Amino acid sequence: MNAMLAVMRRDLLMVMRRKSEVLTALFFFVIVSSLFPLGIGPEPALLRKIAPGVLWVGALLATMLGLQRMFAADHADGTLEQMAISPTPLVWLVVGKVAAHWLVSGLPLVLMAPVLGIQFDLDPGALGVLMLALLLGTPLLSLIGAIGAALTLGVRGGGVLLSLLVLPLYVPALIFGAGAVESHISGLGAGGHLSLLAAILTLAVFFAPWAATAALRIALE
Amino acid sequence: MLSAHGLTCVRGDRRLFAKLDLAVGAGEWLHVRGENGAGKTSLLRLLAGLSQPAEGEIRWCGEPIGQAESAYRQNLLFFGHHGALKEDLTAMENLGFSAAMDGADFQEATALAALYKFGLKGREELPVRVLSAGQKRRVMLARLAIRKAKLWVLDEPFTALDVKAVDLLSNLISEHVANGGMAVLTSHQTMPIPGGRVVQL
Repeated sequence: MNAMLAVMRRDLLMVMRRKSEVLTALFFFVIVSSLFPLGIGPEPALLRKIAPGVLWVGALLATMLGLQRMFAADHADGTLEQMAISPTPLVWLVVGKVAAHWLVSGLPLVLMAPVLGIQFDLDPGALGVLMLALLLGTPLLSLIGAIGAALTLGVRGGGVLLSLLVLPLYVPALIFGAGAVESHISGLGAGGHLSLLAAILTLAVFFAPWAATAALRIALE
Repeated sequence: MLSAHGLTCVRGDRRLFAKLDLAVGAGEWLHVRGENGAGKTSLLRLLAGLSQPAEGEIRWCGEPIGQAESAYRQNLLFFGHHGALKEDLTAMENLGFSAAMDGADFQEATALAALYKFGLKGREELPVRVLSAGQKRRVMLARLAIRKAKLWVLDEPFTALDVKAVDLLSNLISEHVANGGMAVLTSHQTMPIPGGRVVQL
């Protein structure tokens, strides 16, 4: 447990020393989701319609940006070896790394989303649902991403492969996440979509760290 | 006590070594020698449990290391080719992190003393990035002085060290072995540490 917190603290500390990585992903999210209203023009009905999808795709791509680096630096400088032979099981350390990744690349998106949602003329209720959906969905993106990052570790041209591997797995999060906001706007209530998102997240919390750990062990051989 | 029985290591199509037996007990150390590419690093990684042998078994106190995993890892300190140092963090932060990884208590005073011992006084708060190659090695080696592990597995520990640091490290290893520790290391130099045996690959 101590070691898990140490991994988290170290990853966050390193991000604080090198802020550009976080800011890049956040700026990407802001710019991509601002380009749509600018390009489409002032048609509130259309903007409201596309808002959930655009914001979710933006969040998804922004998460992808930093994904490859999740284990790559640790692999290159030998830290990963040390983590693998630590008395603390590797899976806990992986959980620590995923948590740090979410705090750095997921949480800022959740906090930023309502501000960006205003550009799409979303009402406060829809903004709340959007935030809640992202709050459930972004950890899922980090967890699934960790499996992909671990599988493509040490592969040349791993970046492209990573996108090909991970993006299809992001589809359920995208469908239910964007669907929650849409069904709230159309008056159906977001409960069902959010429950499904939460269920997928629970599953991923249990299984993704194990899968990522197994992939890391293969990469270290 | 660490022992290996009938170890065979295959990398790609090549068989690096086959049917290798070795044992190291308290107060002993092994010097693994061989040409470049003979499989020294592969052997050390097998011993650390980072990869699995094609054949054979490694035992810690009579139990296969796969089963005695947590007991084994608590007693193991492994140094690979890479320093496992984070360039953006300071020497102290790096030591603190590796202590947490090792499940060891981290006392700043002990860590500071270890860094001073390795001649890094006044550099403990600098990011590791600005240190020279030899100084980075010294930060790594400071870990040896902090961590209380019974078995040291060191891959080329003398690389990039100056004469003084080589002496310091040799003394550290002799002390460790004299106190009932064990060490397995690779090096191309001959070392004046008593109690050693050579494993030729």
